[in-house]
Amino acid sequence: MSESLLEVKELCTYFHTDAGEVKAVNGVSFTLEAGKILGIVGESGSGKSVTAYSIMQILADNGRIASGEILYKGQDVAKYNKNQLKGFRGKVCSIIFQDPMTSLNPVFTIGNQLEEAILLHTDKNKEEARERAIEILTLVGVNEPEKRVKQYPHELSGGMRQRVMIAMALVCEPDILIADEPTTALDVTIQAQILELMQELQKKLGMAIILVTHDLGVIADMCDEIIVMYGGRVCERGNAEDIFYHPKHEYTKGLLRSIPSITNAKQKLIPIAGTPINLLSMPKGCAFCSRCDAAMKICLTEIPEEMRLSETHLASCWLNFKAKMEEGGTGK
Amino acid sequence: MQNENAALKKNLLSSQIDLSKFELATEAEKKQQDVMSESTTFFKDGMKKLMKNPLAVGSIIVIILVCLLIVIAPMVVPYQYSEIIKVNGSRDRGAKNLAPFEYSEKEMEYIAQGGEVFPHIMGTDAMSRDYFIRVVYGTRVSLLVGLFASAIVLVIGMLYGSISGYAGGRTDLIMMRIVDIIYSLPDMLIIILLSVVLDQLLADSTGTIIAKLGTNMVSIFIVFGLLYWVGMARLVRGQILSIKENEYVLAAKSIGAKPGRILKKHILPNCLSVIIISTALQIPSAIFTESFLSFVGLGVQAPMPSLGSLANAAREGLQSYPYKLIFPATMICLIVLSFNLLGDGLRDAFDPKLRR
Amino acid sequence: MNGTDNLLEVRDLKQYFPIKTGMFQTTPLKAVDGVSFSIKPGETLGLVGESGCGKTTVGRSLLRLYKPTGGQVFFEGEEVTDSNMTALRKKMQMVFQDPYSSLNPRMTVEDIIGEPLDVHKLYHGKAERRDKILSLMELVGLNAEHATRYAHEFSGGQRQRIGIARALAVDPKFIVCDEPVSALDVSIQAQVINMFEELKEKLGVAYLFIAHDLLVVHHIADRIAVMYLGKIVEVAKADDLNQSPMHPYTLSLLSAIPIPDPHIAHSRQRIILEGDVPSPMNLPTGCSFRTRCQYATERCAKECPSLTDRGDGHFVACFNK
Repeated sequence: MSESLLEVKELCTYFHTDAGEVKAVNGVSFTLEAGKILGIVGESGSGKSVTAYSIMQILADNGRIASGEILYKGQDVAKYNKNQLKGFRGKVCSIIFQDPMTSLNPVFTIGNQLEEAILLHTDKNKEEARERAIEILTLVGVNEPEKRVKQYPHELSGGMRQRVMIAMALVCEPDILIADEPTTALDVTIQAQILELMQELQKKLGMAIILVTHDLGVIADMCDEIIVMYGGRVCERGNAEDIFYHPKHEYTKGLLRSIPSITNAKQKLIPIAGTPINLLSMPKGCAFCSRCDAAMKICLTEIPEEMRLSETHLASCWLNFKAKMEEGGTGK
Repeated sequence: MQNENAALKKNLLSSQIDLSKFELATEAEKKQQDVMSESTTFFKDGMKKLMKNPLAVGSIIVIILVCLLIVIAPMVVPYQYSEIIKVNGSRDRGAKNLAPFEYSEKEMEYIAQGGEVFPHIMGTDAMSRDYFIRVVYGTRVSLLVGLFASAIVLVIGMLYGSISGYAGGRTDLIMMRIVDIIYSLPDMLIIILLSVVLDQLLADSTGTIIAKLGTNMVSIFIVFGLLYWVGMARLVRGQILSIKENEYVLAAKSIGAKPGRILKKHILPNCLSVIIISTALQIPSAIFTESFLSFVGLGVQAPMPSLGSLANAAREGLQSYPYKLIFPATMICLIVLSFNLLGDGLRDAFDPKLRR
Repeated sequence: MNGTDNLLEVRDLKQYFPIKTGMFQTTPLKAVDGVSFSIKPGETLGLVGESGCGKTTVGRSLLRLYKPTGGQVFFEGEEVTDSNMTALRKKMQMVFQDPYSSLNPRMTVEDIIGEPLDVHKLYHGKAERRDKILSLMELVGLNAEHATRYAHEFSGGQRQRIGIARALAVDPKFIVCDEPVSALDVSIQAQVINMFEELKEKLGVAYLFIAHDLLVVHHIADRIAVMYLGKIVEVAKADDLNQSPMHPYTLSLLSAIPIPDPHIAHSRQRIILEGDVPSPMNLPTGCSFRTRCQYATERCAKECPSLTDRGDGHFVACFNK
């Protein structure tokens, strides 16, 4: 095990809405190791993006971190003051969003926006900042960077804009890059370009990446470690091998069964029954119980504990406890 | 890792006691976990939000109280807005400029004789008329003008705006340029011109409603009908242009629905909230305009009072009888403020853009 | 492609949109530029392409939601015109992409599904209308108790079912499905895809299934057409296209799909396309794919390749493959 860079402990993030308290993230813990790519996968409402936003402290006004710790080098980010946060965001941890159009300011040129970020975080002067902007644009594979710095966001295509967003996130060479659905708004061929770029940059710069996505295909290709989330909780975590070939949570299994693939083309898909979770009325037990075919009585009333299945693989499902019991094992 | 194992052991231990927990759950049990939230309509939801807004609820109460006052007060108070106070059947010309709850000499005599006199809650005016009843009637007139003018604006603006927005293209272009022209006309000038012209036109229409209202009043309505709908028309057009882009309008077209049906069933109901909000905000501005016009002498005709003309009349004896200005002015403020607050409350509750 | 047993036949469909480029000047945006295909009764044709390639426009032009600039559409052997479209709307329907904006928020489920019935006056009396609506709701797997609820109270998947029930209300023979699952969560997508397949078996409807996700299209479609910048570049049976793609664009599209299987994902050869899709306002001469194509020759810049038959219903528009 290499050193841990960021440690999230029992994070709970709640949103206050007119309809009631929404527990978007409900006790999520994970460790991000330096230089690794961590994938957080889940569907809408699973709390995957909120987890990312909580780390960056960029929650909407009605949201708050109710409990838990986000430890970076032993310090709790959640308790940072404004100045400390300024140093944290951008320098230590950067984020890129799903929609590159709305995350770039349409009235400033690409160069202006990049330079602003550089000037804010370093003591470079204007000229050095421009040089650095061109350098970083070259790094993310933007062709003719000298020309691009004078252009406005609307003059670029979607893929180019996402590259600029990545460039902006990387200007200060952060230790952690959070990518929130970085390729969802892009076409498949452009998505492939961006994913390859991210892998390349990760190798070159050695930062850690948290990749938040709903697309299992993206995760399969990219990640060292994967967290599957459902209803604000972690269902299962492990490496790609564990998750894709030996899933031990009914939700992960169902998810893998339900996606069409080249091999099961003419067979009927096996969907997960039911409707997505309503965050306003969460079940008492396992969040997935009402859609689970193998749900047991205990699943309805008690939240399953996370159980270690192998060196890398953990899952929170009562079925694993049942299996262990039937084996007659007494824990580990 | 240590505590994880501990947790595991604890759980295994406790679960071994109750193995029945690991039986399959029934469908019914699972269903219980999955309840759909209670059905609400857009309207119900909005009303619920509106009722949570103390300012809006307060202004609704004020508006209801004012409405009750102008309906009930004329039934209870035995005075007429246009007549000199009568004591025991005869006119009392000495009852000029009484302070609130003050009685004139004649009335005192009458009370001493055992007669009953209804108190002058707001005193009397310079022509010995009960001021309270005049303020009540003035409020009536102002409110009616506000409501009617807004209704005119609503109908014309909505029709014009929806046709322009839905037709689009060249029709839209021409209709909107007409709106631009109307926007550029000075409204005060038009009102003065109109009331002069109408004065002559309607001179012989004695006895009709128009004569009773006075030509100035009619010209106010006409001016609202001619000039003030443009804002509403622009608003409705803008709304329709954005709603037209929704896929459900396209879906209705693909089903084969005719433009009239699409407008009526799909587009207008969806811009209704914005229309209601802006109508609610239109009422106070109409009341304000009416009061202002009456104040400068272009409003309702004497002896019919309106809040503006009452305030104007109060100017003469302002130093001696300041309350004569205070009462109608307070009334205007109260009405305008509560309609404005109600409009804001409606916007917070119903505007789809402000929801989360 | 001139079989008489075709349910729908499209010949050289063109759809240009005028874009203002100066004060008095407009330039046509060629969203669809000469597309031809046919669909047999009960067949599913998948239409794949990236955003901006004109696939949605094809679907909408077929249903005359736009007035086509050129070309002909035949439905059951009869040419579709503005005048007979009203009658044809009972036979051709559409399911939309966005389950949130495609349902009117001020209407109950009952009224949404009942609207086509109202428009075409397909019932006598209220009881029959209600019966029809309830049986439609059952058909798409919606709970009949929810008929009086408003669309916003449902989840994305359920809303898409409402949209499908609306399309089915007139008992159509052909449905354009415009990215019907792309806005849904993965776990719900499979439910809806299965439902499309069940309905096809039960009712024998033909689909034009528009999507950007090749895996989904491959699963549901009998044949697949690949579009690039307003033109169809390859048409083939679903399995043929998957196993032996010919057009370089199809090749790269297939290799770019993220596959949820780490072993395959790591081992396969990826063809990553250089550059971006050119603007449809300013198309390259000749073949529009040549700017990103590794096989491009001088001929590609001069001439535009047309679809040619490579045997067994496999059509490709490329000089070099």
